[in-house]
Amino acid sequence: MNTLHAISMQAQDWLHLFLHFVSLSLLAVGGAITTVPDMHRYLVDQQNWLTSEQFNTAIAIAQAAPGPNVLFVALFGWNVGLNAGGGWAALLGMACTMLGLLLPSTILTSVSTRWGHRNRDLRAVRAFKQGMAPIVIALMVATGWVLSSAQHGPRGDWNLWLLTAVSALIMWRTRLHLLWLLGIGAILGAWGWV
Amino acid sequence: MSTSNAPAPARPQPRSPTDLFLSFTWLALQGFGGVLAVVQNELVEKKRWLTNEEFVEDWAVAQIMPGPNVVNLSIMIGDRHFGLRGAMAALAGMLTMPLLAVLALALVYTQYAHYPQVVGALRGMGAVAAGLITAAGLRLLPALRRHALGIPVCAALAVACFILIALLRIPLAYVLPSLGGLACLLTYRKLKP
Repeated sequence: MNTLHAISMQAQDWLHLFLHFVSLSLLAVGGAITTVPDMHRYLVDQQNWLTSEQFNTAIAIAQAAPGPNVLFVALFGWNVGLNAGGGWAALLGMACTMLGLLLPSTILTSVSTRWGHRNRDLRAVRAFKQGMAPIVIALMVATGWVLSSAQHGPRGDWNLWLLTAVSALIMWRTRLHLLWLLGIGAILGAWGWV
Repeated sequence: MSTSNAPAPARPQPRSPTDLFLSFTWLALQGFGGVLAVVQNELVEKKRWLTNEEFVEDWAVAQIMPGPNVVNLSIMIGDRHFGLRGAMAALAGMLTMPLLAVLALALVYTQYAHYPQVVGALRGMGAVAAGLITAAGLRLLPALRRHALGIPVCAALAVACFILIALLRIPLAYVLPSLGGLACLLTYRKLKP
């Protein structure tokens, strides 16, 4: 986020940004985090609106702060705006990504919640719920993979990979509070061990 | 729902949209690294707005629906008690203060980004965060144990999804309707009507 990555955003670019997150909204089954690989592909690889470092920093900051993880999406828009020229653009970018991602799913949820609750024994509802389970799980693991390979880079820093693998293992197998893990990660990083 | 007999002991309920807003704000601000770990504890154990069974049902629907699960859950609970006003109050509670906190943290980070220790600390936290997300997926694996498709088919679907997304970097918009649709269709055929 310290790096300058100046871009220029026209009105149609903002619209594209908004519409892309609108299109992701209804695909975010299993949480916003499952759309991270696609956001990386779009924002970093295709449009070059964010650097890979900015992308990963945004996720790390949102993880370190309290609240729903989805707020990393607000930081993506905020950073695109900062790259494009400053405060108002940052607010506009944040509005594009957050409203785009939340509006369609929020409306759909409000409308269909009662229906889904009433019909939870219906065969189609059960099939959807169960059928998506292996996909949702694989998407979360894939997200961890994409994040790791993006930030650990082609240099193949084995100690970063090790830290990721160990924290995944500890989180998976124990009930240790994740704040401890994040804190240990911060200390290791600050000391330059990883 | 029955009107007979003695009135059931009063269930704690959100008193007003303001109550919803403040409760979800407090809930969200406890959730470092994600709210999921806190939400059951707060809504079922402390507030007692939901029983455990109701929570599991609601959580299932919140997961089925696209969008962030905890955000969906706040909308559902708010909507149930105060309609649209309640849903908006709960949603605003879940997002407003945490959003300010995240922006504040991002601004602080920009100020100190030239210290290598700060950059290093965030790199370390990023590596941990990637692990935490992986672990969140792995912790859901037991949900597949009694899956109608059986473990081998589930594993094949999951591995295919991982390869397409993580290794080949195919857009989610292609993978989810095709592979996800296939998975739902196969499951539908296996389930008893």
